[in-house]
Amino acid sequence: MIEKIMLLSLALFMVAIALLLYRIIKGPTLPDRAIAIDTIGVNLISAIAIVSIVLKTKAFLEAILILGILAFIGTIAFSKYIERGVIVERKSRD
Amino acid sequence: MSESQGIEWIAVLLILFGSIVSVISAFGMLRLPDVYTRSHAATKSATLSVLCCLLGAFIYFWSHDGYVSVRLILGIIFTFITAPVAGHLVCRAAYRSRVPLAEGSGEDALKTVLFGNETEEEPENGSKVKQAVEREVPSEKKDHNQT
Repeated sequence: MIEKIMLLSLALFMVAIALLLYRIIKGPTLPDRAIAIDTIGVNLISAIAIVSIVLKTKAFLEAILILGILAFIGTIAFSKYIERGVIVERKSRD
Repeated sequence: MSESQGIEWIAVLLILFGSIVSVISAFGMLRLPDVYTRSHAATKSATLSVLCCLLGAFIYFWSHDGYVSVRLILGIIFTFITAPVAGHLVCRAAYRSRVPLAEGSGEDALKTVLFGNETEEEPENGSKVKQAVEREVPSEKKDHNQT
């Protein structure tokens, strides 16, 4: 029974990721896509937690931390690109 | 034994609640009209869903295996700190790159403060603003970003 509920909630997370993929493809502006990618990363974190419960292992718990850090840094890079047009700024020009 | 099973059921219900909140957040991303309202749907409820899910996983591993996972606690704290920061940065970048508001929005008081001297020769219907979303020369607005 517990396993069935886990699989149901995993399916619900996959439904949420599919809806967010629609927003990424259709999204009118670039910040829409950036926010949707950030939300997909956050949903993948919880999906990995559920997978590690279903498979009865603790080996995937490092992947939660790494995926969280990567999603955060990716969103920061996206927002900096949207705001200034460059990601890595060089001070030597002025 | 029954007490341990009850704690496991609490964890499972937390995970189920988190997944339902995540689906509601995805519907908010789909249905809301604007990038700012969409970020309102994305950051808050997605953060709530991932907090509930990771807390449920932590409680499950604690009661089922007797294993206190420090990595899950670190994941909870990291997500709780960084998700609002990321949402705020994307919204700030969206406003400064002139993504228009939705149709039924109210008065925009920040617009005259940020771009007041640049938009006074343009017409007020915002046709130039919608063009400025797809930007080609972005490096000339660098002096606005100092605050």
